[in-house]
Amino acid sequence: MYKIINKKQLNPTVTMMDIEAPLVARKAEPGQFIILRVSEDGERIPLTVAGYNREAGTVKIIFQIVGATTNLLNKKSEGEYIQDFVGPLGVASKLDGLKKVCIVGGGVGCAIALPIAQKLHEMGCEVHSIIGFRSKDLLILEDEFRAASDKLTVMTDDGSAGRQGVVTLPLKEAIEDGEAYDEIITIGPLIMMKFVVETARPYNIPTTVSMNPIMIDGTGMCGGCRLTVGGKTKFACVDGPDFNGYEVDFDEAMSRASMYRDFERHAYDESCNLFSKEVK
Amino acid sequence: MAANMSLKKNPMPTQEPSVRAKNFDEVALGYSEETAINEAMRCLNCKHMPCVNGCPVKIHIPEFIGKIKEGDFEGAYQVINRSSSLPAVCGRVCPQESQCESKCVRGIKGEPVGIGRLERFVADWHNAHAAGEVKRPESNGHKVAVVGSGPSGLTCAGDLAKKGYEVTVFEALHLAGGVLVYGIPEFRLPKAIVQKEVDTLKSLGVKIETNVVIGKTVTVDELFEDGFEAVFIGSGAGLPRFMGIPGESLKGVYSANEFLTRSNLMKAYRDDSTTPILHAKRVAVVGGGNVAMDAARTALRLGAEEVSIVYRRSLDELPARAEEVEHAMEEGIIFRVLNNPTEIIGYNNPEDRRDPKNGFVTGMRCIRCELGEPDEKGRRRPVEIEGSEWVLDVDCVIMSIGTSPNPLIKATTEGLEVNRHGGIIVEEETGKTSKDGVYAGGDAVTGAATVILAMGAGKTAADAIDKYLSK
Repeated sequence: MYKIINKKQLNPTVTMMDIEAPLVARKAEPGQFIILRVSEDGERIPLTVAGYNREAGTVKIIFQIVGATTNLLNKKSEGEYIQDFVGPLGVASKLDGLKKVCIVGGGVGCAIALPIAQKLHEMGCEVHSIIGFRSKDLLILEDEFRAASDKLTVMTDDGSAGRQGVVTLPLKEAIEDGEAYDEIITIGPLIMMKFVVETARPYNIPTTVSMNPIMIDGTGMCGGCRLTVGGKTKFACVDGPDFNGYEVDFDEAMSRASMYRDFERHAYDESCNLFSKEVK
Repeated sequence: MAANMSLKKNPMPTQEPSVRAKNFDEVALGYSEETAINEAMRCLNCKHMPCVNGCPVKIHIPEFIGKIKEGDFEGAYQVINRSSSLPAVCGRVCPQESQCESKCVRGIKGEPVGIGRLERFVADWHNAHAAGEVKRPESNGHKVAVVGSGPSGLTCAGDLAKKGYEVTVFEALHLAGGVLVYGIPEFRLPKAIVQKEVDTLKSLGVKIETNVVIGKTVTVDELFEDGFEAVFIGSGAGLPRFMGIPGESLKGVYSANEFLTRSNLMKAYRDDSTTPILHAKRVAVVGGGNVAMDAARTALRLGAEEVSIVYRRSLDELPARAEEVEHAMEEGIIFRVLNNPTEIIGYNNPEDRRDPKNGFVTGMRCIRCELGEPDEKGRRRPVEIEGSEWVLDVDCVIMSIGTSPNPLIKATTEGLEVNRHGGIIVEEETGKTSKDGVYAGGDAVTGAATVILAMGAGKTAADAIDKYLSK
């Protein structure tokens, strides 16, 4: 059992938790992920590491309430326990030698992008961050990004905070203005990452994407997380989650991500009903 | 007592095929005491004991069968327990027909003694009747780490614990048992039996740490730094293989590992499960091994109307155990042998890219094969018949064509040599790897094989580790 040391609501649908898991905290690096189960008989879900404190032995996770399991997790309070917490899994982001990087985060993906921005910043790399959200209510981690970036651009779909528009807009402007990025690192919804890659492609700037497909064991056993990268089958859990964005088949990844959409919607509704019954 | 000279084994009582195809309860129901004694009477107690040589863990078979004849079932259990840590498991999943029973003298004319069925009877009798704590051996002060809690790891841990070693087993998943819990279905090996075997090890003093991925959470070198004096790696099979044909990323294509893990470990077969699984109507399982049979029979129990095994050789070459094939056939699984898939076909509505059916499997193109010349292993090679392609109408395809070893430990353990397939290289007689104090066994070494071979390897390594640390 793993204790929830700290819990904070970042916006109405996104929650942050620090989980006591000393073995995981000792090793975790930006770009890696963990797998957790909230309760006995629960689902295993992968979440990318959003931070860690090696001294305190805690690992930070940030999750969006999208399904039954994240809904259950969000009902847990500080001081309570979750059933299982395993990691760190996957290959850490390769950041060595980077001098100037543009980080493009979207929605809850910004939570995963933040530790990468922070690490690059500590390494003395020039960090430009572009973070995008649907609206002001959903904006998270703005201060943290500002502290870790040499330049920060906030985008919202409706213009209620920062600039109005999609993240590729300022990215394209920056590139055309002559910002010479060694690399673009993008984390967010598949469709956003796909368009970030397409924006970068004409300029041939190396672009790394962080994939978070459906997974079960997370250790290279089940093959559920497979992707086509450069025409070859790759497993996000052991080969990734970071991949060369130019080589990822995003259309296939988006299709596979929708495999259980009906089941998940139903399970989520059930989990909500369950709690509303309890409240009554 | 006169020997029972019947040429046939006592049949194993089973659930009716039409009933069991709709539930996940165990198929085989086990011998009664009377039947067990009657079957035991078929053993001639041969002086040269050919059966024992057919057993990878060298169970003293005529001796335990002798105890059954006397009605001393607990005594029989104690005989088996000297050699095997998991009798209730082996009695269910061992390929006895190619091991102990293949050497049985009674098999020359008629059927061999039902050794596996008797082993299972004895283990179940013990579990039902002989309660009470296992005596925990006195510690010899040496610490050994075991990586993986599957059949090889549990066997190695059990044997070392009995010798007084302080053993810690590290398991990556949330539950101990390895393939016994994620791979083999409930209807063939009830999970309560696996749990009982794990509990027995715990009462011997074995510690089990779940949620620790060796090679990630902790490395092999760190285990030594933490005071472990020897490490056994039984991390099992790894990444599932795919055929490399078009359409393998469509929705509705699973590896057998994923499909079985969803159902067995994550309990997707239960109505109250939070784990999704496709309840497909027409399923093709590609492959002919035990795992393919397990996947096919699981798909049937999840409600499929038609389940096919698609295998490129003929029925004679199927690598699965005869009993599993027989059970699958009785349950109505269709064997489409001498067929090789060439493409998986998906739904595609060019008019509407948002059509929710887009990307789901609708069929699998196969080409018919005939058997040609034998290959280097002596198995006749399948040769595709030109122009014989046809489409099997399916909405789910499960690939069960093997696995390649897990790369995690190799990638983080300096000095650990692997072969060109990624399997860890060991000395056969000891299980010793190229790295001092590190031993390995099971699928991590051999690639996908059987439970009992993995147990044999765990046993061999336990002996070798004992010698190494007793020096």
